[in-house]
Amino acid sequence: MLIKIRDLIKDYHSGEVVTHVLHGLSFEIGQGEFVAIMGPSGSGKSTLMHILSFLDRPSSGEYLFNDKAVAHLSDDELAGLRNREVGFVFQAFNLLPRTTVLENVKLPLLYSENRKGLEEKAQEVLKSVGLEHRINYYTNQISGGEKQRVAIARALVNQPSVLFADEPTGNLDSKSGVQIMEILQKLNDAGKTIVMVTHETYTSEHAKRIIRIHDGHIVSDAPVANRRHAGDGDLLK
Amino acid sequence: MLGIIIGVAAVIVIMSVGAGAQSLILSQIKSLGSNLIGVLPGKSEEKGPPASVYGVVITTLTYDDAMALKKKSNVPNIVDVVAYTKGVGTLSWNNNTYDTNLSGATVGYMAVEGGEVEAGRFFTAEEEKNLSRVAVIGSTVKKELFGEQNPLAQRIKINKEMFEVIGVMKERGTVAFQNYDDQVFIPIMTMQKIVSGVNHLGFLRAKIDQESNIPRAIEDVKATLRERHDITDATGASDDFTVESAAAALDMLKIITDGLKYFLAAVAALSLLVGGIGIMNIMLVSVTERTREIGLRKAVGARSAKIRSQFLLESIFLTGVGGSIGIIFGSLVSYLIAVVAHFLNYTWEFIVPLSSIMLGLSVSILVGLFFGIYPASQAAKLDPIEALRHE
Repeated sequence: MLIKIRDLIKDYHSGEVVTHVLHGLSFEIGQGEFVAIMGPSGSGKSTLMHILSFLDRPSSGEYLFNDKAVAHLSDDELAGLRNREVGFVFQAFNLLPRTTVLENVKLPLLYSENRKGLEEKAQEVLKSVGLEHRINYYTNQISGGEKQRVAIARALVNQPSVLFADEPTGNLDSKSGVQIMEILQKLNDAGKTIVMVTHETYTSEHAKRIIRIHDGHIVSDAPVANRRHAGDGDLLK
Repeated sequence: MLGIIIGVAAVIVIMSVGAGAQSLILSQIKSLGSNLIGVLPGKSEEKGPPASVYGVVITTLTYDDAMALKKKSNVPNIVDVVAYTKGVGTLSWNNNTYDTNLSGATVGYMAVEGGEVEAGRFFTAEEEKNLSRVAVIGSTVKKELFGEQNPLAQRIKINKEMFEVIGVMKERGTVAFQNYDDQVFIPIMTMQKIVSGVNHLGFLRAKIDQESNIPRAIEDVKATLRERHDITDATGASDDFTVESAAAALDMLKIITDGLKYFLAAVAALSLLVGGIGIMNIMLVSVTERTREIGLRKAVGARSAKIRSQFLLESIFLTGVGGSIGIIFGSLVSYLIAVVAHFLNYTWEFIVPLSSIMLGLSVSILVGLFFGIYPASQAAKLDPIEALRHE
């Protein structure tokens, strides 16, 4: 199993006050799944994604990634896991300013142990998201949809096991949003595991499975009955 | 950044001017002749020159001492001796007056100090002893008192005593802080008996035949003076005089210029400190402005050490650039100083020692490293989630 969590708890301590964010979550995500984690703001969905993507540690409970316990790894070991195993797509793109598209995509490779063929890998993955004509543009010269495609290319360049997308269409117009969902669905069709956090029902229906979270509890975990396919002519919203 | 530039520029200027000044002093000492020894009245202090250097009047050396040292039977390696009784006085001719230095000297001046007469003659050994009222004037004195007129055979007043000008010295400039042109030479006995009314010497200089004989000659001079002064203690503890070679005087000058150098170095260190704090501020602002970037780098797998070294390198780059500008700027200032020194007729060598460039560069890099540590560790410490949320 790719991802397996059991009784996952996350508390935040701020002085005397303890905030319980996640109350013992358990689920599994297998290779090739496309999971949407849904919930209103404050539900704990972002915290859950941070733990799943090695940006944060659980307070207690078990997290097995590829059948290995990762809850108690050091910061540097987690950094290594982030570099090799996961790719991030953020709502706000988080591209480096004053830097070219290619340099942005190469960034994870700079922190990787295998730095051979940097240039070729980055160009190849940019081509796969349809941005070969923007390779030498600066990130402030391209549109929002293109920025998010650069971010996807950056997330893919290290060939990670799983792609984490945090509100990937949140900052985009509906047309660009559709393009992004189309790319994610195509990647999933090609076998990439995707975990997407969103609060929009419409966006979540592009996934294969939806986990709903409310106040730190899972309220439902079910496959999508009528899955939407981006590029079928329907526009987001 | 400005602090780094100024600090490094100061380092370059200090070292360049130091090297230039040292070469200047060295060449001047050489032009005076390195085979000179000086005798001053009074015993030298533990760590420094005798009190007479600072203007304390000590009357232990006399004209007869100088004459005794001149004898080959006393000091076999002696070439000649010049004894001085110095003072200041007012010269007047017609309606012109001019204040200048009076040098009561022996005829040995010409041989020992290598003076040259431009017009007329220097006084003779006879005139030295028989209280002749003759004067040999320096070129500055001639200009001030006579202008374009011929001073030879003119009668001038020195402190109300009449003297006849018998010679004019060739222009020589300032050598080892001593202005040779702004003085008037009169026979030493005349100086003592008629002008200043004293019986002792200010100091004397002796020329030795070879530089290698100087240590021996110094011992001979000491023995002669002890015998004449009835000093039986051969250890030098009760000496009432001090004998020094030109090399020792050079060492003394070096101590003084070194002191100056350290003072300027402290100024440089201070501005480097201020510059370093400035760099630290720049880097802290940069860490804050780039918080999201740091978060992203951490998210895609950068370890804390990588972030730290990135910001350290940026800080070092900043100070390195500042240091390089400082080196160029400092070299330009040093060059300007050399040009001005040449303009003022000093034989000033323009040197920017390689060691000063290395020092300037390494100091600026160290400043970048030292003052970059705090901002860089702040950056490395950032939590990736917090950093990514940062607006």
